[in-house]
Amino acid sequence: MKTNDVILQTTSKVVFFMIVLFAIHLFFAGHYNPGGGFVGGLMTSGAIVLLLLAFDIKTVVKGFPIDYIILVGIGLLFAVGTAAGSLLFNIPFFTHAFGDVTLPVLGKTSLHTAMLFDTGVYLVVIGVTMTIIQTIGESE
Amino acid sequence: MTATAEIVIIIFLLLGVFLTLAAAFGVIRLPDVYTRNHAASKSATLGVMLILLACFLYFYLIEGHFSSRVLLGIAFIFITAPVGGHLISRAAYNSGVKLWEKSVRDDLKNKK
Repeated sequence: MKTNDVILQTTSKVVFFMIVLFAIHLFFAGHYNPGGGFVGGLMTSGAIVLLLLAFDIKTVVKGFPIDYIILVGIGLLFAVGTAAGSLLFNIPFFTHAFGDVTLPVLGKTSLHTAMLFDTGVYLVVIGVTMTIIQTIGESE
Repeated sequence: MTATAEIVIIIFLLLGVFLTLAAAFGVIRLPDVYTRNHAASKSATLGVMLILLACFLYFYLIEGHFSSRVLLGIAFIFITAPVGGHLISRAAYNSGVKLWEKSVRDDLKNKK
């Protein structure tokens, strides 16, 4: 019997954007509120897993043509890079810098290099979760 | 102003808790999967939405904090909970779970 997934697929398409927005919110709120790279990354991969449930694995790979193992590498590079960047200024490994920067559109924004480290965590968490789920899903 | 807000919040909270309790009783007392699912997905959805609305109103009117993520949670539950109920019911029907013996109508019987 051929199943009809219109309801599931339509809601997944709507809900996917809500989950991704909330994940980005969690990611950026991590410095002052509960949240951060780990939860944000898990929730982003949760949104992609929702698409995997609603559609088949080939459609999702076509929609997100990302090699998640390379994503893990990029994330680790971000983490090591921000940690090692402090060595260039002759201060101990993993020392972070922060300050207020005036950006063209956003105005005065307080930026912190811990954010870049968090980006690394975010990418690694997405990469590891999606690699695990896709490798389990593909082996039949 | 605060007293009125408190009364509204209390009414929403009690209504939400009552509806969630009604959903729990429905799951215990109704005869088959489909009627139980009907009780659980409808009544519990509205109950949780009312509780979240009371939570939002408490933080907005009493504490003065506009929490947009609670509003997003209300919208999210309103979208996803009925779809979850639909999928559970459909999975039950497709795997051949029988209807209650006093059911009078089964439109999908001839579609298989």
